Amino acid sequence: MNTLVETMNKTTTGAISAAELAKDRPSAATIGDVTVANPRMTCRNVDVWYGSKQAIKNVSLDLGKNEVLSMIGPSGCGKSTFLRCLNRMNDTIPGCRVTGSIKLDGQDIYDKGLDPVPLRAQVGMVFQKPNPFPKSIYENVAYGPRIHGLTNNKAELDELVETSLRKAGLWDEVKDRLDQPGTGLSGGQQQRLCIARTIAVSPEVILMDEPCSALDPIATAIIEELIDELRANYTIAIVTHSMQQAARVSQRTAYFHLGDLIEVGETNQIFTNPQHKLTEDYITGRFG
Amino acid sequence: MNELTSNPPGRPRRTLDIVQASLKRRYARERRFRFLGATAVILGLTFVVLLFADIILKGYTAFQQTYIRLPIELAAESIDPDGTRDPETLAQADYMKLIREALQARFPDVTDRNERRLLSSMISVGAADLLRQQVMDDPDLIGTTQEFWILAAADIDMLIKGHIDRKAAEADRRVKDQMIGWIERLEAEGRIAKRFNTIFFTHGNSREPELSGIAGALMGSFYTLLLTLVLSFPIGVGAALYLEEFAPKNRWTDLIEVNINNLAAVPSIVFGLLGLAVFITFFGVPRSTPLVAALVLTLMTLPTIIIASRAALKSVPPSIREAALGVGASPLQTQFHHVLPLAMPGMLTGTIIGMAQALGETAPLLMIGMIAFIVDIPKGFTDVATVLPVQIYLWADSPERGFVERTSAAIMVLLAFLFAMNLAAVLLRRRFERRW
Repeated sequence: MNTLVETMNKTTTGAISAAELAKDRPSAATIGDVTVANPRMTCRNVDVWYGSKQAIKNVSLDLGKNEVLSMIGPSGCGKSTFLRCLNRMNDTIPGCRVTGSIKLDGQDIYDKGLDPVPLRAQVGMVFQKPNPFPKSIYENVAYGPRIHGLTNNKAELDELVETSLRKAGLWDEVKDRLDQPGTGLSGGQQQRLCIARTIAVSPEVILMDEPCSALDPIATAIIEELIDELRANYTIAIVTHSMQQAARVSQRTAYFHLGDLIEVGETNQIFTNPQHKLTEDYITGRFG
Repeated sequence: MNELTSNPPGRPRRTLDIVQASLKRRYARERRFRFLGATAVILGLTFVVLLFADIILKGYTAFQQTYIRLPIELAAESIDPDGTRDPETLAQADYMKLIREALQARFPDVTDRNERRLLSSMISVGAADLLRQQVMDDPDLIGTTQEFWILAAADIDMLIKGHIDRKAAEADRRVKDQMIGWIERLEAEGRIAKRFNTIFFTHGNSREPELSGIAGALMGSFYTLLLTLVLSFPIGVGAALYLEEFAPKNRWTDLIEVNINNLAAVPSIVFGLLGLAVFITFFGVPRSTPLVAALVLTLMTLPTIIIASRAALKSVPPSIREAALGVGASPLQTQFHHVLPLAMPGMLTGTIIGMAQALGETAPLLMIGMIAFIVDIPKGFTDVATVLPVQIYLWADSPERGFVERTSAAIMVLLAFLFAMNLAAVLLRRRFERRW
């Protein structure tokens, strides 16, 4: 019944016919409360299509202030796709279509008049593979502030670079070689450099797409610690394949399955008392 | 199944046996392939060496030219009767007469009119101009008698260089027995020497082999290539950037891509015809100039540059684009700050290939008048000019023996030009790569 209502809502916003929606619509709606008391981003009835293939089906989810939301689920379940919708990175993929509403502080980010460039300064992203620019460590961090004109002079920029690197826990390791290429760092350092680069433009939300999948356990631990510290100032959404990681760093967890948001709730509750059969199977390692 | 049934009874074949049985054949195949590869490389290198050896052996003599040392009396009354040192007066004096008299003074026994004419023909017709230049550069020489190195005629040059056989029958060679006698006397007096051929590098084309030089064609090629580079590099890179990164992917862009690939394969003479019809006839661009040549060569090299640049852009990892977009760079900033610098080495390589192609191109330039016989050295983009490959073509067509060695020498200059360009490209690439 709930699904039907949502389907009806959908028809008024999107151009997709109700019949088409009903065909792909899952039988069950999301279990758990998708809303939070203090939302930074609100997503309602989000559908994502790659050509004729639907990758995200009617997902509604809030990202709360000062919270880490982790998204888990088997490969190809759409969690990365959903994450990339939140700062319109999907715009760069040809044939990708997003419907529904995604709001950042009440402003619809898919509004026709909205420019994705300042949006991406507000919603930063850390990618799966560390991708520092092939420039110096300093330039990597300074690039964002420089193009946005966040600082007025060299001294301010130096300070911002230092603060960002400190927040990313990298300053002590690189302070003597800021002019050396960022690509020369180790994998974990590179990923922290990417985080420093992201926080240098003072975003409100940081999206992390499996930030530790290419790192060893020690580097992973450092990044996880960092995520926990960053929570004080930022809203963080993290996609991860590691359930231990989700349990360690996040306050809320969302479980995706084949484009559906199956279940969302407090991390503790999801891991100790999952409501849906699929969630339980995935968490207990029966598949995934 | 067959494998099993065909086994000798009692001894099942193991994988290892099967592998080892085929191993010998596999290694033999590998050795054959290596042998073929090495043969191909050696064959290719042999031909390159043969080509270079042939060109150098034929052409190295062109870098020297035969001169005859003669004491010439620069009498003030014949050169500058008024003593004003006015350049115009100096220029009008009859230097050929001075040279002729100096030569005849060496051979007082030659008195017959025809013989005297024969004697004078040993001196190049351009010798007077060279002497005039020397006198005008240093007017203090007037009134003294100086030893001058006088440029010999091409036939004498060929004789000295051994391209004309002194022992051949007189009727079979261009130099008469009498002249050989004179030459031998001059040689005995140490008055004949081969000196470095500066004329070859400072003069334009000429009907006389000893007076013709590469400078006109070299400057023509330089201006043409400079303008081609200035036109084709930004257009090519811009087109590649737009098509690869910004243009929507639809049937129109597919059509454009197919057409660019086709254009790269169009015979170059077609571009020449196009240039003739469009640039010269329709737009009235002056013919036979570096300007029109550069326009035609730009059209010809654009597809090469676009294709190479697109390949270079494709090879830039998408993660760099995502990283830049992720911190809020606009698409244009992403391209210019991150993608373009990374693609630049590949783009430069493509451009150099295009430029090398343009440097060696002859056919389309024949269509737009670059084949004209041009003596003057071009001083700009709108002066009539010729280019190195066309100059080589023109000289290769000339019957005089002196042009044969000049053809090879010009090829050497062309190759040197090419090496210099490639070197510049390598240095440029290294600079770009070092920025990271």
